[in-house]
Amino acid sequence: MTQATEEGRLSGDEVLRVEHMTMRFGGLIAINDLSFSARRGEITALIGPNGAGKTTVFNCVTGFYKPTMGRILMRRSGGAEFNLERMSDFEINRDARVSRTFQNIRLFTGLTVLENLLVAQHNALMKSSGFTVLGLLGWRPYKDAAKEAVEKARYWLEMINLVHRADDPAGDLPYGEQRRLEIARAMCTGPELLCLDEPAAGLNPRESLELNTLLRAIREKHDVSLLLIEHDMSVVMQISDHVVVLEYGAKISDGTPRHVQNDPKVIAAYLGVEDDEVEEVLEEIEEVAEEATHGHQGGQPTGDAR
Amino acid sequence: MTVISQPPRRPSDDRLKRALREALLAGLISLGMFVLYVGLQTTQDIRNQLVLNQRWGLLAILVALAVVGRFLIVYLLGPWFAARKAAKAARAVGAEAPPQNFLRRNVGWIALLALMIFPMAMLWLVGPQKSLKWVDNYGVQILIYVMLAWGLNIVVGLAGLLDLGYVAFYAVGAYSYALLSLYFGLSFWTLLPLAGILAAFWGIILGFPVLRLRGDYLAVVTLAFGEIIRLVLINWTDVTRGTFGVTGVPKASIFGIWSFDFNAANSFGKLFDPELRRPTLNSAYKIFLFYVILAMCAITAMVTIRLRNMPIGRAWEALREDEIACRSLGINTVTTKLTAFSIGAMFGGFAGAFFAARQGFISPESFTFHESAIILAVVVLGGMGSLFGIAVAAVVMIGGTEALRELHFLKTLFGPEFTPELYRMLIFGLAMVIVMVLKPRGLVSVRNPTAFLHERKAVSSAFTKEGHG
Repeated sequence: MTQATEEGRLSGDEVLRVEHMTMRFGGLIAINDLSFSARRGEITALIGPNGAGKTTVFNCVTGFYKPTMGRILMRRSGGAEFNLERMSDFEINRDARVSRTFQNIRLFTGLTVLENLLVAQHNALMKSSGFTVLGLLGWRPYKDAAKEAVEKARYWLEMINLVHRADDPAGDLPYGEQRRLEIARAMCTGPELLCLDEPAAGLNPRESLELNTLLRAIREKHDVSLLLIEHDMSVVMQISDHVVVLEYGAKISDGTPRHVQNDPKVIAAYLGVEDDEVEEVLEEIEEVAEEATHGHQGGQPTGDAR
Repeated sequence: MTVISQPPRRPSDDRLKRALREALLAGLISLGMFVLYVGLQTTQDIRNQLVLNQRWGLLAILVALAVVGRFLIVYLLGPWFAARKAAKAARAVGAEAPPQNFLRRNVGWIALLALMIFPMAMLWLVGPQKSLKWVDNYGVQILIYVMLAWGLNIVVGLAGLLDLGYVAFYAVGAYSYALLSLYFGLSFWTLLPLAGILAAFWGIILGFPVLRLRGDYLAVVTLAFGEIIRLVLINWTDVTRGTFGVTGVPKASIFGIWSFDFNAANSFGKLFDPELRRPTLNSAYKIFLFYVILAMCAITAMVTIRLRNMPIGRAWEALREDEIACRSLGINTVTTKLTAFSIGAMFGGFAGAFFAARQGFISPESFTFHESAIILAVVVLGGMGSLFGIAVAAVVMIGGTEALRELHFLKTLFGPEFTPELYRMLIFGLAMVIVMVLKPRGLVSVRNPTAFLHERKAVSSAFTKEGHG
């Protein structure tokens, strides 16, 4: 499944294309010649066993790491294209409009919920305050822009059902609400590609259901494509349009959720077997499935790893 | 099982026993600590021989003080502390209600009003001669530190960048004014902004190399920067006159209209009284300086408050909380750090220029690390980020050490050769320990949010971070 690399430009429906990306840390190859693309308006999920290099891919896409080799192209809705591997992390957010959340939540805990969302609108507010100078003198348009920023924050608070906690410190929120706030904060930067690093980690089933609704709503109401790393298969299978599976830094499967689910390589990767044992495992799975359909409810759910 | 069968013991008995035990322990510890320091004293006699004096009486007094003090603390204050702790635990951690009281809400304006009246009141109460001490030693001196601490607060309190070399910018401001006015004859009011700009420029120069540093490393490099500036001032004798310092720094004038020089044609004194004596003019000058530094402090506070409510101020605080999250939100952390350094340095430069005009003499000795440490201590004691807390801390720390000079009654207690000023650092340290034990996040430990949707609730220090350096 190699991507077309002859021409530099992305086709119209692609929003992100990673080409032959390799990331080495000393002698360790975290990502090896990885290529995939994400389409505009879709939810692309990046899955794989622990240590497969998913978060490293995220860090490369969002500029926190510089890939050793390869190219990362991002196309904005206006048609402008950016070489993300050449940009620094804050430029990727500011100019290429790629926004992200973190696996271990990184909120500004000592700032209030509202302030967290206002910090995310930093660049827009900086411009309207005349890079602080005009704002200091009490320039009228800045005051209007500040009010607008609060309204935008209120909109996102309504989206994540946190309006009543707006004036509480972000560190005071329960875990699930902190996750939602981090997504809202990333959306306040006005992204076109939103990268979510395990948004459902640590959520209970009800909360992860709410998360699904939130992510769908974000995609429907805003011109934004999603790239997400997830371990919670219920989230991945329900909401993603396209799944990329990594193992040991390389892509082993790419396609629709259904296609990936039935890919023997993926199953083997999740069960942790050697390549030549894949056939055996598949047979075993079929046996177990047959037993289950025959009414013996005692079989272990081997198909759904983790 | 056996607990039930025992007769019920009164809690006060328990307390008495515990108090006695702890008092004994305190006595033993103090005996161990003081026996060599206080019990034995070595002096040189006339033939340069070492003589050992034994001071068992003094040792006994100190140990007895420790025993009685510890006993009283445990026996009498113990229950009170426990009750206070329980009440604190019962109160919810998190958002605290804003003060509703009129006095507490408008405390800033009331303080400003009191300060406006202060020099005139002193002049009226104790006359021009004695008012000097109150207006200059207390008023101006404290306000200089308030301004310096507010400037450093931007770097340390808001942006969370630990700067141990802040006094360098103070020095840059002071020398800018002193040298430029002496060599080029420029006036105070031209050089005041220039000194601020030059200090801000040096703030950026310091900022660049330390951008990638955090925590202890940042602290060490800023400390070194402060020392470099001081060593340059000492060794560049052609320009700065080295350790001799710069003398005869011109006084500030009232916007160039009236001068405070006694012999000048436009002397301020001659305006009212042709026969005016020198000391009276001098105290008028100090009162004028008091109002100048008060205005400078007010501007510093206003700018800081405004900046906090602007995107740049919020970005500073976000930087203190989490730098990586800042970058993921498109905030350019390089320029954000540099603006914090340069704006903080600018206020230091203003204060420096003012300091030079007030003293009339500056030397590298005024800009040692000790000075940086005191400014930082004021910021930390006041509560990082809180302008009001810092102002109170400056009054307590600077005014307090100054007030030690007044404690002449201590001479009757400890003997005529006892000089309370020598113990100022000891008391400074003691005050810091006490405040840090009782209020570990400084006098004002809550953070006032910059924006609110429903109501403004102070953020408890349990959630704010100090920054990574």
